[in-house]
Amino acid sequence: MKNLRDEFPLIAKNKFAYLDSSATSQQPKCVLKAVDDYYKKSHANPHRGTYCLSVEATNAYDFSRQKVADFLNAHFEEIVFTKNATEALNLVAFSYGSFLKKGDHVLLSLMEHHSMIVPWQRACKTHGATLDYIKLNNNFELDLDDFEKQLRKKPKIVGISSVSNVLGTKNNVKQIIEMAHSVGAKVLVDISQSIAHEKFDVEKMDADFVVFSGHKMYAPMGVGVLFAKEELLEAMPPFLLGGDMIEYVYEQETTFAPLPQKFEAGTQNVGGAVGLKTAINFLEEIGFDKIKEIETELTKYARAELKKLKFVECYFTSNAKNHENVISFNLKGIHPHDVASILDSKGVFVRAGNHCAQPLLRSLGLNSTCRLSLSLYNTKQDIDKLVEALKYAYEMFFKTK
Amino acid sequence: MELKDIYTNLVMEHSSNSPYKTELKNATHKQHGHNPSCGDDITIFVNLENGKIKDASFSGVGCAISQASTSIMIETLIGKTTLEAKQIAQIFVKMIDREKLLPEEKKLLKNARAFENIKDMPARVKCALLPWKTLLKLLEEN
Repeated sequence: MKNLRDEFPLIAKNKFAYLDSSATSQQPKCVLKAVDDYYKKSHANPHRGTYCLSVEATNAYDFSRQKVADFLNAHFEEIVFTKNATEALNLVAFSYGSFLKKGDHVLLSLMEHHSMIVPWQRACKTHGATLDYIKLNNNFELDLDDFEKQLRKKPKIVGISSVSNVLGTKNNVKQIIEMAHSVGAKVLVDISQSIAHEKFDVEKMDADFVVFSGHKMYAPMGVGVLFAKEELLEAMPPFLLGGDMIEYVYEQETTFAPLPQKFEAGTQNVGGAVGLKTAINFLEEIGFDKIKEIETELTKYARAELKKLKFVECYFTSNAKNHENVISFNLKGIHPHDVASILDSKGVFVRAGNHCAQPLLRSLGLNSTCRLSLSLYNTKQDIDKLVEALKYAYEMFFKTK
Repeated sequence: MELKDIYTNLVMEHSSNSPYKTELKNATHKQHGHNPSCGDDITIFVNLENGKIKDASFSGVGCAISQASTSIMIETLIGKTTLEAKQIAQIFVKMIDREKLLPEEKKLLKNARAFENIKDMPARVKCALLPWKTLLKLLEEN
């Protein structure tokens, strides 16, 4: 097999340890080339022109959608391209959220990203519904007993991420969906943190809504995906309005285009969609079993190495099998931003802050954390480099005292 | 730029062991400031008497740079009139904005000049600026 690092120009050319793939992943040569080729050879506005180039751009866009549909085991009409997962979440909260009535409940896990929380806050306020949260147990996992209890309120919607972007906790999505369906709730799953690492089959999972961002799975920024069951999309009002999503426009009335165009107003990111299709091909060529093998080994190694450092406090589940790719930690007595700056000076790139999950951090009694995240181009050397830099940071702070 | 040009002994000392980190009793004014993206969160307490900062202190959480910048700012400004404090805060902002300072302006900043090199660490500029912006808000609103 090819050396995976060599496939990523930005990784191969530099000596730094890039440990922030949960924020955005780097892109492989094949994706960069596919986007470049699209703009050099096939670019025009899709759906509009009758000339051959526009037809080519339309084909490029349609083939990309079909690829995403096949990847998720969904139908072509069930795939809506968005700017990112955030836009997809806003679409669902605005559009499906418009069916909420006074007294209804919406249930989210407390480990959700702000992009899940904030749109549902507004939807609930607008329609007089109540927003509830599933608590965590003291092992950084969802408390399924609490979930069961909350389900007695018969929520209309349950929103959950497959993997926490702060804790790396992997949720049992299948079980959660089954439990939620048993009380008639629709389930919205944010798979942004897992899609580069594990396949998601919407039919097998019986998910109602699924969202992810392309840029966290080796595709360019600016393209994301919403999957929703066809009957739901049919019933939902459109989100953004404008060109390309209409059928007939009269002075006072409009009828809308069929799925999926109904949810794609304006000129779309065709180059991004082509990049996404290529990124999926890239992942499938390596194979998800191989990806899992590489990344599980890395996560295991990082857990073990960090645990050896007495001055590091880690926030991850003790069940290694429920833990993927993301590790939050703090150096005792040093603010994460100082740690991240010092690591930066040693060529180790991690994120510090609240990771767009303030309610989660607050519930853990934390203000902010450092976060490392691993991807298939990372190596054990990256983690060794991190460990050395952490020791340096600790000494730098505590030798002055 | 060397990292040690930012994390100097002075900065480390002020961040870990500030004499001003306490909630001032009888404060006449207080102002809350925060950087939402990173969680730096401070409150500045000031005792104003006849247009003069008679005493000041702070509380809150944050990185070493924001904590030290707050502590050093308070050290620099105690005893100054509100007008002088405003002027010094503006000079600090100017320094961070990479504008050239006059020799007399540099003198007024005293220990706060320790943050001159923060301009070479763009990701941390907002940490150093937080207390000064918070103070300017306090002075402008009162």
